[in-house]
Amino acid sequence: MSETEPDVIDVLAGVEKGSRLDEVRAQRQEARENAQKSFQTLFAPKHPGGVTVAERYAVATFVAGLHRDAAALAFYRSGLAAKSGRDALIKAIEAEIARGVGQGPYGAYPRGPLSAEDKAGPTHRIAEANRAALGPRLAAAFEHAHLLVFHPRDSGPAALQSLLDAGWSTNEIVTLSQLVSFLAFQIRAAVGLRALQAASTEKD
Amino acid sequence: MTDRHWAGLVDASRAKSPYFMLLARDPEILEARTKTDKDIFYNPVAGLPRAERELAATAVSRENGCIFCASVHARFASTYSKRRREVQRLLDKGVKADLDERWRAIVAAAAALARTPASFGTGEVEELRRNGLDDLAIVDVVYSAAFFSWANRLMLSLGEPIPAGKG
Repeated sequence: MSETEPDVIDVLAGVEKGSRLDEVRAQRQEARENAQKSFQTLFAPKHPGGVTVAERYAVATFVAGLHRDAAALAFYRSGLAAKSGRDALIKAIEAEIARGVGQGPYGAYPRGPLSAEDKAGPTHRIAEANRAALGPRLAAAFEHAHLLVFHPRDSGPAALQSLLDAGWSTNEIVTLSQLVSFLAFQIRAAVGLRALQAASTEKD
Repeated sequence: MTDRHWAGLVDASRAKSPYFMLLARDPEILEARTKTDKDIFYNPVAGLPRAERELAATAVSRENGCIFCASVHARFASTYSKRRREVQRLLDKGVKADLDERWRAIVAAAAALARTPASFGTGEVEELRRNGLDDLAIVDVVYSAAFFSWANRLMLSLGEPIPAGKG
């Protein structure tokens, strides 16, 4: 089954079957297959628990947008359109991406010698105008995702309370945290492979 | 715990860790993540030496501010490279620390990839090449750094960001 489904990192990075980079990736085949399995279990889960597939794609669209990665944004936005298709939702997500983009990592350290390196930055709050389209669960999920994407050192236990308040269970918070953190990996793997490919093309 | 949850842990000994027990609430993604991690760091065939995969993991953790991840992987980097003083300099001074040229290139590339949005481009690739890394070794830098962009976020939000004694 996974043989026929395209590898998402290859899709995002533009790695062609039989190319030099395809062969290099094949030398870390377990990593490649399990990165793909990670994608599958997060976005086509056998045991979805309380997090719907539409919610997963909505969060992923927001996260891909915050990373300003055009390929990942297009990929997850089209997945969301297929799973939800609500124009108002997609418009609200795009508006929140535009409000949320920034430059990370920043945040505060636990009090100690590293406090000298504390770096201030914005904490994302969903605009009133977009709350209705997102609903309280996604609004809380997006605010948390923004923390994880840009200032993970501020994302500790205290930050989880607003997810609980918005109705996210502990199991669902684990899934949400994995999903956002996985995307931080997947998008960077694609960025890195793309750069390697571009550097190789220049050399040839 | 059901069989599904034990499978998610991959190593049964992880049942002793509250962090892994929390992650095991979604066992399928924990299992796939763990297997991704193992191939990226433990696959001994060619590519980047283990010490330098750990160096990249340390650099990303230092940049993101995951004190726990940085200290654990700095220890691995020291063990495998036997260059404890330089690894300590990375922890003390951060990713701009004065290291030899090859390590500076690896640390700078890993840190560039750690940023959001990532600022890793052909310049970083060329710098790694100039320091003797072939394509597989560069992919190892990318994977190690990308994987810790995942691991740091989970640890900082759901784990114990302060080193809990030894271990």
